[in-house]
Amino acid sequence: MNTKTLYDKLWDRHVVRCAEDGTCLLYIDRQLVHEVTSPQAFEGLRLAGRQPWRTGANLAVPDHNVPTTDRSEGISDPLSKLQVDTLDANCADFGITEFSMNDIRQGIVHIIGPEQGITLPGMTIVCGDSHTSTHGALGSLAFGIGTSEVEHALATQCLNQKKAKNMLVSVDGKVGAGITAKDIMLAIIGEIGTAGGTGYVIEYGGEAIRDLTMEGRMTVCNMSIEAGARAGLIAVDEKTIEYVKGRPFAPKDDLWEHAVAVWQTLHSDPDAHYDRKVHLDATKIQPQVTWGTSPEMVVPISGRVPDPAGEPDPVKRKGMQDALNYMGLEAGTPMTEIYPDTVFIGSCTNARIGDLRAAAAIVKGHKIADNIKRALVVPGSGLVRKQAEEEGLDEIFRQAGFEWRQPGCSMCLGMNDDRLSPKERCASTSNRNFEGRQGPGGRTHLVSPAMAAAAAITGHFVDVRTLED
Amino acid sequence: MEAFTKLNGLVAPLDRSNVDTDAIIPKQFLKSIKRTGFGPNLFDEWRYLDYGEPGKDCSGRPLNTDFVLNQPRYQGAQILLARENFGCGSSREHAPWALLDYGFQAVIAPSFADIFANNCSKNGILPVVLDVDVVERLFGEVATTPGYRLDVDLEKQQVTTPGGETFRFEIDEFQKQCLLQGLDEISLTLQHADEIKAFEERRREEEPWLF
Repeated sequence: MNTKTLYDKLWDRHVVRCAEDGTCLLYIDRQLVHEVTSPQAFEGLRLAGRQPWRTGANLAVPDHNVPTTDRSEGISDPLSKLQVDTLDANCADFGITEFSMNDIRQGIVHIIGPEQGITLPGMTIVCGDSHTSTHGALGSLAFGIGTSEVEHALATQCLNQKKAKNMLVSVDGKVGAGITAKDIMLAIIGEIGTAGGTGYVIEYGGEAIRDLTMEGRMTVCNMSIEAGARAGLIAVDEKTIEYVKGRPFAPKDDLWEHAVAVWQTLHSDPDAHYDRKVHLDATKIQPQVTWGTSPEMVVPISGRVPDPAGEPDPVKRKGMQDALNYMGLEAGTPMTEIYPDTVFIGSCTNARIGDLRAAAAIVKGHKIADNIKRALVVPGSGLVRKQAEEEGLDEIFRQAGFEWRQPGCSMCLGMNDDRLSPKERCASTSNRNFEGRQGPGGRTHLVSPAMAAAAAITGHFVDVRTLED
Repeated sequence: MEAFTKLNGLVAPLDRSNVDTDAIIPKQFLKSIKRTGFGPNLFDEWRYLDYGEPGKDCSGRPLNTDFVLNQPRYQGAQILLARENFGCGSSREHAPWALLDYGFQAVIAPSFADIFANNCSKNGILPVVLDVDVVERLFGEVATTPGYRLDVDLEKQQVTTPGGETFRFEIDEFQKQCLLQGLDEISLTLQHADEIKAFEERRREEEPWLF
C-alpha cells in the first residue's frame, strides 16, 4: 500500500536510520529553545565537552519567566533573572541566535516561530515544551521533548523515536457564527478525553478546520497535548503558503518557488490509512467552558456543572468530586451563573493578533464588571503587541479596565509575577486548568478570547453570541 | 544515567487519575538551573499546607497529614502506584527529576502520558504499565498490607507480588536496553555521525531552504 498520511510523509523523509525494533533516528530540522528547560541541557553539553551539531538549526527566546510589566528595570525575581541570564550566556557561548527580552521580536516561543517564518511546512521541529504541537498547523511535525532530549537534539540534530499511530479528527460541516478554534478544540478534547490521543499523532481535517485561519489552526494544534497527542497536524493549503510568504526567515525568490512546490505535496493521500478516525459535527459545537481541573472537564455554555453521582466509573467519579471541591463549585450550577474575578487573555494558545481583535470587538465601549478584580491582556509577541497598538486595540482594552502587558507566557503558568491567589477564579484563554497551574489554589476556566472578554464585561460566563452591542 | 535492573521496593499508592506534571513539581521550582534538589518539593501543593518557594527549608513546613507520602507507613517508598494518564501535561523533565530525587525508581500505572514516560526512561526511572484491573488489585493489597513491597525485574519484564503472583509488562526494547545498561544515548547516536552527515547532504539538495 503506497498511500500515506501527512504524518507518514513527514516521518519518512526525516528518518536517518532504523533499528530492528523500530526505534528510528529522526532528523530534527529546527529546535526552539527557552530558558526553563534548557539550562541543564547546555550544562550537559559542557560537561561532555560537546558542541551543538548545527547551531543554525536552533533559535532561543526567553518567555516563561519574563515580566509582563515595565522591563526597563530588568527582572526583579533573582531566580527568574538567573534563568534568563543563563539562557543569554548559553546562547552567546554556543553561538545560538536569541531574541532576547528587549528585542521587539521576543515573545512566546510558539508564537514567534510561525510569525518569523522560523517554522516552515515540512519541517521536524522540537522544543522543550509540550505546546510545540502548535507548529503542526503549518504542516510540520512538531512535538515537545524533555531536557535530556533537548541536549540530545543539540548534540546530534536527531532524536531516537518510535513512530506513533495515525489519528484523524475530522470536524465536518461549518461551525455557527461566533464559534472559534478554541471552542472546536475544547469540544474535541471533551469528545476524546485528555488521554484520547496518547500514542497518536492527530491530524485535523474536515471543512471546519479548512475554514479556520492559520492562527485558528495554531490554536487547535496547540492543544493536541491536552488530548494526549504529542503532535497535531493540518495539511498544507493555499492559506498555509500565503501565511508563510514574506516572513523574515522564509525562503525567497527561486528558493521560494522550489519550497512551495514541495509544500504542496504535504497532505494525506485520499485513501490513506488511519488507526483511528473521529468525526465531530461542526454545526453542533457551542461556545465551550471548562468546569474542572482537566481540559476534558468541559461543557457548552448552555450546560451545567455535571453531577459526579451520574458517573458509573468510581475512579472518574472521585476525580470529578475532587475537581468540584477544588473549584468550589456545586453540581448542577448553570455555567452562566459562575462568576470569575480574574480574566486572562494570553498564552501560546490564544495571544495572536486575531485573538486580540476578537476580544477587543466584544470589549469595545464597555467596562469590566465590578466583580472582576483584574483583567490582563498579554500579547504573544512584541510584534503582536505593536500591531495591536497600531490598530488601537490597546486603547479599547485600557478604557474597559484591562491591563495591557508586555509579551510572555505570563499567567498561563505564573512563573513570573502574574498568578492567581488561592480560590481566585479566572476566565482564561490558556490551555490548562490543572490544580495550581495559574497559581496555588487558583481556579481556572478555559475559554476562547471572545468568551473571556464577554465574561469580563458581564462578570459571569455568558454565551458571547447572545450579547448585544 | 544510573542503570535500572531490579528493584524490591516499598509501594506508595497515589489514588488519582490524570496526575499532571504541574502537580508533580509546581512551576516555581522550575526556576532552578540544576537537575537535582527537587525531591523535597515533589507534589509540593498536596504535601504541605503552606505555599512552597524555591530555597525555602522544607523541614519545618506544615505537612498535609492526609497526603499519602506523609503517612509513616509509606516513608522510604521507592515504587509509586498510580492511576491512568499519569504525568500528563507539561513536558518538564523536572517531574522525573523530582521523583528520583525523592527516592522513587519505578512508577506503576495503567497508562502514562507519552512525554513523561519518555523522560522517566532517560533518568533511570522505570515506567511500568499494568492492566487497569491489576492496578486496581494492587491498590487494594497496598491498602490492606502495611509494608507492602513489590519486586520489579526489568530484564524479565515482570512485577512480582509478596504472594508470588507475577505480572508481565511491556516496554520498548531500546528503552529497556538504555535502562538496563544506563547508556549515554548521545554517545550511541554519535556512533552514527557519518550517516547523519550523509542524510544532511541529501536533504540539503532536496530542500536547501532548511539549511
